[in-house]
Amino acid sequence: MTLSGAFAKASATHIALAKKAIILTDQKPLSFQQIILKLHDYWSEQGCAILQPYDMEMGAGTFHTATTLRALGPDPWNAAFVQPCRRPTDGRYGENPNRLQHYYQYQVILKPSPPDIQQLYLDSLTAIGINPMLHDIRFVEDDWESPTLGAWGLGWEVWCDGMEVTQFTYFQQMGGFDCKPVSGELTYGLERLAMYIQGVDSIYDLDYNGNGVSYGDIFLDNEKQMSEWNFEVANTETLFDLFRKATAECENCLEAKLPIPAYEQAIKASHVFNLLQARGVISVQERASYMGQVRDLAKGSCEAYMAKNGWDA
Amino acid sequence: MADFLLELLSEEIPARMQAKARADLERLFAAQLNDAGLKAADITVYSTPRRLALIAKDLPAQTEAVSDEAKGPPEGAPDQAVDGFCRKNGVTREQLEVREVKGRATYFAVINKPGRATSDVLAEAIPAIIKAFPWPKSMRWGEASLSTESLRWVRPLSGIVAILGDDLVECEIDGVTSGYETVGHRFHHDGVVTIGNAGDYAEKLRACHVLVDQAEREAIVREGAAKAASDGGLELVADEGLVVENAGLTEWPVPLLGGFDPAFLDVPEEVIQLTARVNQKYFICRDKSGKLAPNFICTANIEATDGGKAIVAGNEKVLAARLSDAKFFWELDQKTPLEDHAKKLSNIVFHEKLGTVADKVERVAKLAEWLVSLEGNGFDQSSPGDTFHREVSEAARLCKADLVTEMVGEFPDLQGLMGGYYAEKQGKSKAVANAIRDHYKPVGQGDEVPTDPVTVAVSLADKLDTLVSFFAYNMRPTGSKDPFALRRAAIAVIALLLENGIRVNLGNPLFKMTGELLLRTETSAAKESLKAYAALEPFVGRKAASDAIIVALKGSEKSPEDEGQEIVEKAGKATTALLDFFAERLKVQQREAGVRHDLIDAVFALGGEDDLVRLLARVNALQAFVETPDGGNLLAGYKRASNILKKETAEQVEAKSLSYTPEKAEKALIDALDAAQPDVTAAIAAEEFEKAMTALANLRAPIDQFFEDVTVNDSDADKREARLALLARFRAAVHQVADFSKIEG
Repeated sequence: MTLSGAFAKASATHIALAKKAIILTDQKPLSFQQIILKLHDYWSEQGCAILQPYDMEMGAGTFHTATTLRALGPDPWNAAFVQPCRRPTDGRYGENPNRLQHYYQYQVILKPSPPDIQQLYLDSLTAIGINPMLHDIRFVEDDWESPTLGAWGLGWEVWCDGMEVTQFTYFQQMGGFDCKPVSGELTYGLERLAMYIQGVDSIYDLDYNGNGVSYGDIFLDNEKQMSEWNFEVANTETLFDLFRKATAECENCLEAKLPIPAYEQAIKASHVFNLLQARGVISVQERASYMGQVRDLAKGSCEAYMAKNGWDA
Repeated sequence: MADFLLELLSEEIPARMQAKARADLERLFAAQLNDAGLKAADITVYSTPRRLALIAKDLPAQTEAVSDEAKGPPEGAPDQAVDGFCRKNGVTREQLEVREVKGRATYFAVINKPGRATSDVLAEAIPAIIKAFPWPKSMRWGEASLSTESLRWVRPLSGIVAILGDDLVECEIDGVTSGYETVGHRFHHDGVVTIGNAGDYAEKLRACHVLVDQAEREAIVREGAAKAASDGGLELVADEGLVVENAGLTEWPVPLLGGFDPAFLDVPEEVIQLTARVNQKYFICRDKSGKLAPNFICTANIEATDGGKAIVAGNEKVLAARLSDAKFFWELDQKTPLEDHAKKLSNIVFHEKLGTVADKVERVAKLAEWLVSLEGNGFDQSSPGDTFHREVSEAARLCKADLVTEMVGEFPDLQGLMGGYYAEKQGKSKAVANAIRDHYKPVGQGDEVPTDPVTVAVSLADKLDTLVSFFAYNMRPTGSKDPFALRRAAIAVIALLLENGIRVNLGNPLFKMTGELLLRTETSAAKESLKAYAALEPFVGRKAASDAIIVALKGSEKSPEDEGQEIVEKAGKATTALLDFFAERLKVQQREAGVRHDLIDAVFALGGEDDLVRLLARVNALQAFVETPDGGNLLAGYKRASNILKKETAEQVEAKSLSYTPEKAEKALIDALDAAQPDVTAAIAAEEFEKAMTALANLRAPIDQFFEDVTVNDSDADKREARLALLARFRAAVHQVADFSKIEG
């Protein structure tokens, strides 16, 4: 594609969206759910499959099979979805206005990464009411690495007026395998973005539905109870047992050449490990060994997934 | 002659990589020109977040034609040889010329390389430069990345502008083709910008809100930030690192002044500065009285339609959230006394073989207490129970407590500093707070060396413990690998000792510490032998004590005694290695001061000199001496004597009473030695090293005369033996001062 062609196309959309954004800024800011719906709309128009959240506990949207496993192999793949993320150690009993142990990421995966991916992303910001002529949007170096997934990529954190609103990554490796081709991954921090758009100082004050329901109405009790459970109550023997069982089951699946169920067990082990961390029962020395075990499960699953599909490393 | 423009357009290049990328582009381009025999009158390089560019002035239209010739075999040589010669030079047999060489008809190949169009050279050079570009990290992207062989760049490469004069230099790499088109500012300019030539490049982009010259952007950031501050009645805290970084993050920099709630100023200034600088890349400001102001300057990349109001408001919010985190940590950390924080250090592993940080702290405290209780050590008089001793002990036990605080967890760079603040808030004495704050110093050569005695004691103990620990387990620096920064620790110890004139014989404590450390993992028998060692050592010294134990343990057949012996041996080896390591570091550290490394060796080689202050005094006196004519001659005499002695297998040349009447010069040397030796010994004992040198200098004339007049290798065996003994005595006298064999020249 020639540059002028690409830009003529991009800038037409861009200008239209910018105009829309200017109108939008005069209106009431989007509610939390409207932001999600707008993003769904936008990425749907770009040809993405709009998926539902994965029905398992995980620390980041990247763990979703739609990202991790689909980043492997040669097949094109474009998808967008909301993923609830659980990070037990980030719990603050609902007392910190910026931190939760359960929050949402909006994740987009474009494979192979399209040449206009940056413009596509910027237009998505415009679609949710961020006017790039009024706000300072910047791509600041931030490379991504997940030792647990044996994955890394280069990219940026995207700043809007100094706030990180999105992680933007070109996956180079996943599960220890070179990505052929490379996927572009966009991860929006939905609560942050919403706080910014709505101009509120606490996550719990976010307008959830534009009709009187706040984020706190829905999640504050959840944060309080889950923090208490994560840090104080969770039965650690049960957790250690769960970890062992997930590990064994993952290996069982790998033996049966079933990479997807194997990968699910790896996700499970990873989350149980996070819970054990929150309970403070894993010493510094043991930590590395547990992480190594999870990494081996995840990598094993990726390897099996490649093999099952008949793809070479 | 024509000017050449190259622009490599990409997605955002990390700011920290741009300076090197410009230099690399210039270097690679110049090398390509050079290979083609071209040279530009001038090369300028630019970078913005989205582009790397280069302008080369006055390139000729063509490279010069070159004619080379090669001499071949003589006429009539075998066909094979002639054909081979043709192949090698890429000519046919018909093209060969025949010339006379020394009367023989010889084949010559004349190879004419016509001049090449510069645009052709450039069309090949551009892909070559792109492929060879040494980015610190590079990546693949897009459809082409189906293959791992696809083009790599720092971020996706999206366009190439290559224009020589007004003409396009056509080239292509991995689907990216050269053209006249580039893009302007991401938000200020829609669509493409068409460049005419190198001459209009910068101005065309300027019109599209892109300043390609990083120096211009840096000036805008520097001056704009200063102006934004002074407009607000404030003074900017200059920070050139931030200037460069912000210029690398923007194509159209616009510095803007923002503020934060003055209530945050309760938080230590360093925390505010670090938060603003590291996390947000903001400048900070001071008010007229020099106090930190509740303001910051951010650098936007757009001329916003509202003049930047929304941008400032957004950045203020981000900073406020970060500062409220910091304030929360600051207040939370203070709710727990440092003593209680310190308890949590037992959860942090210092090193798998070396226990927890709490273990280390305990070792450091004991060592610091011991150091200051030594007599005549250069510290204030101190004994257990007095204030100084108590302060050292307290500071050492609390020095690492801040590692478990929330603030240091968030900003590891603030270790020490936060501990100092918390100690002060907790009502600790100034000396204790300072020691906690500064005990990491000096960090590297040139860093400020602490002089406050409590700080010195804790800092010294901390570093000595680190050195001993890693040497005990044989984790020494090798080559360029020094993962535990032991070289820096040794340099710091040297600087602390010398700067503060602290007198301590390092050998014994190092040995004891090593032994104790190794014992942690060893058996009770080993502990017994260490106890025995400790009992013996004060009376007989380090070497004798360890020898005695080794000998005593050798009687028994096997472990656990063997283990004890092993520990003593290991500790001995580690200590020797550590002392050698100090000698090496001392040489490096003293190089700048002009102290000769061979003289340091010469004094170290005597063994037993492990007081670095005394050692250096000795080295300095020695250096002054060997650079005088007396010193030089004495050295020559010494070398001659030791050469003669070297030939003698009998190491122990014993002095006996003479069975003959000595020659005059022989007698003179004996007398001189009789006179000088006690003087040298006394002077050294009194640490009057210059006096010792003067006494040695008295030997110079007699030794010269001795070699002049006396035959050592006399046919009379008695004489020969006596004279050898005399030379050995002379050598021993000189060795009281230094091992002259190590001295160069």
